[in-house]
Amino acid sequence: MDASTPKIAVQDLSLAYGGTEVIHGITFDVRPNEILGIIGPARSGKTSLLRCLNRTIDFVAGTRVTGEIRIDGADIRAVRDVHALRRTIGMVAPLPVGLPLSIYDNVAFAPRCAGLTRRAELDPLVERCLRQAALWDEVKDRLDNLGTALSGGQQQRLTIARALSHQPEILCLDEFSIAIDPVTTMRIEDVLRELRREITIILVTNLTHQARRLTDRTMFLWNGRIIELDRSEVIFSDQPSRKETLEYVNGIFG
Amino acid sequence: MSPPPVTPVSARFTRTPLVVRKERQQAAVRLVLLAMAVLMVLPLLAIISHLIIQAWPALSWEFLVDVPRRGMTEGGIWPALVGTVYLVVISLAVSAPIGVLAAIYLNEYARDNWFTRAINLAVISLAGVPSIVHALFGLGAFVYAARFGYSILAASLTLAIMTLPVIIASTREALAAVPAAFREACWNVGATRWQTIRAIVLPNSISGILTGVILQVSRAAGETAPILFTGAVFFKAVQRGDLFPYRLTDQCMALSMHLYTVSTQVPNVREAIPWATAVVLLGAVLAVNAAAIALRVWLRNRKRW
Ligand SMILES: Nc1ncnc2c1ncn2[C@@H]1O[C@H](COP(=O)(O)OP(=O)(O)OP(=O)(O)O)[C@@H](O)[C@H]1O
Ligand SMILES: [Mg+2]
Repeated sequence: MDASTPKIAVQDLSLAYGGTEVIHGITFDVRPNEILGIIGPARSGKTSLLRCLNRTIDFVAGTRVTGEIRIDGADIRAVRDVHALRRTIGMVAPLPVGLPLSIYDNVAFAPRCAGLTRRAELDPLVERCLRQAALWDEVKDRLDNLGTALSGGQQQRLTIARALSHQPEILCLDEFSIAIDPVTTMRIEDVLRELRREITIILVTNLTHQARRLTDRTMFLWNGRIIELDRSEVIFSDQPSRKETLEYVNGIFG
Repeated sequence: MSPPPVTPVSARFTRTPLVVRKERQQAAVRLVLLAMAVLMVLPLLAIISHLIIQAWPALSWEFLVDVPRRGMTEGGIWPALVGTVYLVVISLAVSAPIGVLAAIYLNEYARDNWFTRAINLAVISLAGVPSIVHALFGLGAFVYAARFGYSILAASLTLAIMTLPVIIASTREALAAVPAAFREACWNVGATRWQTIRAIVLPNSISGILTGVILQVSRAAGETAPILFTGAVFFKAVQRGDLFPYRLTDQCMALSMHLYTVSTQVPNVREAIPWATAVVLLGAVLAVNAAAIALRVWLRNRKRW
């Protein structure tokens, strides 16, 4: 794989729920080891786009996806094992979901599903993921407590730990900091900067400051269309190429 | 600019006529609802106390384990008691696994298309079919077409068909109560549907599923028509206290049927016997329901979200 091959290549992707098209033929690349920000108002299709990437959109009845998504050059519709595809992508949903299992089992769930069962391998993996999600110090003495009994912000970090537990090559974070306090958010942002050396990150966020701090490039998605995709310095400067971007970033959109 | 006038605290929390009226309303509604709740319990208490008073002279351990004597005018109910246990156990052994698995398919796998909707409609309609119709179906299907004859097998299968749709419905309800977010979280990390069901969905719906199944015990035990047409008899000679008196191809006695027989068909029955039979039937049903509630409470205390 040479460096110029995009990690993810999306070509003319459209998505319809029932008869209603919500993503209208978008085309973009995600480069290896970059942090790509996605900003855009509510209902612009950010979450739906992520669900197309790991094909969990297949679980929603009545959807129609057209166009092409390639990860490392391979068409995701043609993969032999869709579960392995989902494991190459870590997905963090906006609302925290602790599974009704112990904290340990929450993190060990995905590796176990993939066939890893030996405690000697699971223990260090669980610890590493919890550390990366900035949760280890708070839970290391009560790993067998229920994940659902954690606070909202802790559950969100547990979700992040779970998304890292299957050692993904791509990490998608969908407004991950809604339920997390600023201090913890900063800690996780530091972790993301660490992680990008190994993996590619897609960060959906409505906090423009966060996008500015973290991302290399930012995509402005609006009503299922890409208005602008450029280096973040440009998007968040006072002269992006589209005036909608400027208005949205400055909160005078509409 | 002067500040807006502020209502003093004392004035804001006084009891105006409106507040007083609302309080009266509250009290009245509460009283009516309480009265209804009490009213509902009264018939149950009345039934139980009346039954027990009437049945008292006949109630004894002997009554449970003895066989009917002197043309069923005396003795006990052992063959009917064992027969009911046979019918209930066999019918649920058939309908519970099928019903639970079918419900898992319908709730967790089936896409929302015409086929699924047709099955759903069939389940709902089947649940509303009167038991006498099930009886006729069982007679045609199991006694004649499948050549099981009048037998425990035919009667149990008829009861199984009768309880199946209700088990499917209650299981689906229990499964649907597990939040969708849990499933999505599992799918996101690459779990298969089955891994998700086994690790998350079933452990968190098992109490509802089991309760639904157990409640069908009382239904299967109480019905008369379906077994009357397919395998229950007025009398069957059986050893006193014999735990396994029947084979699958035998006909059997059953409590519901026996109650009907001794109340209406046999002359000169000792007066307390029908009442005592009813107490045993009711006691068994209530015991099973109590077990279901206890199980539910126990499992709910382990509820994990
Ligand atoms: N399961 C679904 N069924 C039908 N329509 C859906 C479904 N999920 C999303 N939509 C529609 O798709 C469009 C895009 O929704 P999506 O959740 O992707 O937006 P979003 O950009 O993530 O919004 P937000 O910022 O509020 O999270 C919306 O119009 C929404 O109504
Ligand atoms: Mg969203």
